[in-house]
Amino acid sequence: MNHPPSSFDEMLAADGSVRAAYAGYSEWYEQQDAAVLRRKGQEAESVFRRIGITFNVYGDNAGEERLIPFDMVPRIVAAQEWRRLSRGIEQRVRAINAFLHDIYHRQEIVRSGRVPERLIASNAAFLPQMVGLVPPGGVYTHIVGIDLVRTGPDEFMVLEDNARTPSGVSYMLENRETMMAMFPELFTRLNVRPVQDYPRRLAKSLAAAAPACAGERPVVAVLTPGIYNSAYFEHAFLADQMGAELVEGSDLRVIDGRVAMRTTRGYQPIDVLYRRVDDEFLDPLSFNPTSVLGVPGIMDVYRAGGITIANAPGTGIADDKAIYSFMPEIVEFYTGEKPLLSNVPTWRCSEADSLAYVLDNLADLVVKEVHGSGGYGMLIGPTSSKKEIESFAAKLRAKPDNYIAQPTLALSTVPILSKAGLTPRHVDLRPFVLVSPKGIEITPGGLTRVALKQGSLVVNSSQGGGTKDSWVLED
Amino acid sequence: MLGRTANGVFWMARYLERAENTARLLDAGHRMALTRDTATSHEEWRSVVQTVGQSADYQLHHDAYTGMQVWNYLLRDKANSQSVMAMIENARTNARSVRTALTREVWEAINESWMILKDLFAKPVREVSLGEVLATIRRQATLVRGAVDGSMLRNENFNFFRIGTFIERADNTARILDVKYYVLLPSLAWVGSSLDNVQWESVLRSVAGERAYRWLNAGMMDPRGIAQFLILDRRFPRSLAFSIDKLRSNLAGLAHEYGHETGAHEQLRLLGTRFHELTIDAVFENGLHEFLTEFIASSRQVAQAIERDYRFYA
Repeated sequence: MNHPPSSFDEMLAADGSVRAAYAGYSEWYEQQDAAVLRRKGQEAESVFRRIGITFNVYGDNAGEERLIPFDMVPRIVAAQEWRRLSRGIEQRVRAINAFLHDIYHRQEIVRSGRVPERLIASNAAFLPQMVGLVPPGGVYTHIVGIDLVRTGPDEFMVLEDNARTPSGVSYMLENRETMMAMFPELFTRLNVRPVQDYPRRLAKSLAAAAPACAGERPVVAVLTPGIYNSAYFEHAFLADQMGAELVEGSDLRVIDGRVAMRTTRGYQPIDVLYRRVDDEFLDPLSFNPTSVLGVPGIMDVYRAGGITIANAPGTGIADDKAIYSFMPEIVEFYTGEKPLLSNVPTWRCSEADSLAYVLDNLADLVVKEVHGSGGYGMLIGPTSSKKEIESFAAKLRAKPDNYIAQPTLALSTVPILSKAGLTPRHVDLRPFVLVSPKGIEITPGGLTRVALKQGSLVVNSSQGGGTKDSWVLED
Repeated sequence: MLGRTANGVFWMARYLERAENTARLLDAGHRMALTRDTATSHEEWRSVVQTVGQSADYQLHHDAYTGMQVWNYLLRDKANSQSVMAMIENARTNARSVRTALTREVWEAINESWMILKDLFAKPVREVSLGEVLATIRRQATLVRGAVDGSMLRNENFNFFRIGTFIERADNTARILDVKYYVLLPSLAWVGSSLDNVQWESVLRSVAGERAYRWLNAGMMDPRGIAQFLILDRRFPRSLAFSIDKLRSNLAGLAHEYGHETGAHEQLRLLGTRFHELTIDAVFENGLHEFLTEFIASSRQVAQAIERDYRFYA
């Protein structure tokens, strides 16, 4: 690379030297023929199509199946960096579970004045149906994805917590499979920590959270909205890898106080439901009455301890973007420790001073909807036109509670393979965390999302982002 | 196994089988048309459309039975819900929805077939490429079958796949025989008379049986012999008797795995017993068309019993 990037590059230092974590990779890369590498990239794409690793697009081309672009340069994290990160992640996830328990019970954190009551009571993600309910094993978030961004050698920050139904883990696994198939010699040379046992761990972790009524081998099923859901591939993939049934709402019914699935031999009770259906659609009797994706009466079974729902309903209150800004206080309140991972500085537009500041500085800020996800409905000040900023300001003034703002971060870059060779692109990282009554497990690495357009900071797959295999090196 | 999954596997197999049979039918029709004058070849194409049960729909969109119109209609016309492309699309949609019941090999074979055919059918199929297109459909169907055979556990999933395959195959063979044999013949008096061999060869080609039949019968094109071959010959993998044997063995596999039989077993046993006692003379005595109509109805009843007994829908 001729021009050192202005953001922190994870592979190359400002003087062009290769950082330690990438030394082995770089040495290998220097020996490769760029044309051969590019051809391998195209082969990988056709493999993805054949395997059907696609996601469905909503909107204009509804029903179309698209590939998430895969870049073959790995994102590499050094062993000691990962150790530090995982300590921070574990602390945060512990706090999230404690927070959820508290919010649905005594609300000590509200009483102590650290989190304002209105943020909870008037929050659509807060489910009154969960008040006083203890989920089996006391676990609320069985699967968590923590989105991390990096801005410097030691500066990792949490951009977002995903405590509802985080997705992307199938890409983490397939990316690794693809890399091992394309470049086996790299894995012989370098000690990359494996991720392939994630489905087995997930199955074990879900089984460990089974309700008391479950037998010795709890029956686990994955609930999907169906083949037209954008993440259907992942739902099928995980069920397949875990050896669990992939069920839809129409397969399920409440019988004798249990949630049961219609099999060729009659109805069979389910102990743990790994649901990939939003809270709202889970039970038409308790939530959205028009939902056909869920199971009428499942919440009654749940309250009576007849099934584990993973993640528990109502966990969205913990990853809400308005709550996010209180995470440092939340971590400290429940763990008694200083947060090991910091937040991105956040202005809550619900507060008059902050709103005024945000409105004055829109051109430099990123503004997000409190309940949004997937990169939809956000403003990225620096890349927006004057007109876009003005129309966004109007929305912001009309409903300030609906927004938070953050500085535009100089996200770290990792090179991708382009026609010109290695060129830096901005990345984030979503490690996946499993929580069971027996403890917390973090898969080394996670999903690296990469903005493929030069200079772009938006890594969401729905907005043209790609993915990379993410390596954590052994010591 | 979920009832919905059994349903998906069953229909995936049926759609694949139907797509393949449509391709075979077109192949035979094309061959036939090449050796005939225009008027006869239009008749031939009309019978092809009739065999797949799409005459009424076809006539809504077309007023003549030219080869190019017919094969494009049966292969790729969006207005035709029974086109090969629609069948492959349905098979793949079913496969996607039961992805966890299939091995990676089976899924990839189906997905790849869909991708290849989508490309092939992006533009109208011209006569120069028809042969290759039809061969591709047959080849992909063979690939999927091979993947099923070589990679799937011999359990309920496999049994439902095979049951779907043979229900569909028996139905298709019966329809081909019915249309080609009965409808083309003005009266039974014609049977065994001077109709030329090409017509019979076309019937056999539609079920990939021309070589086997010639080999068994030393090249004699005898209508009664052909009917016997397609209905009663247990060695021929597209005959009705063969399909029923396979249905019985795969349904028996389910009974073995589940520990009990169902109403579907009883119905199929009745059908099978009738076949064991059946002679080709009896078939002709009571009327081939009547026999085939009744057969198609009973095999549909068996399929419905399977759907009900194994909770496909409720």
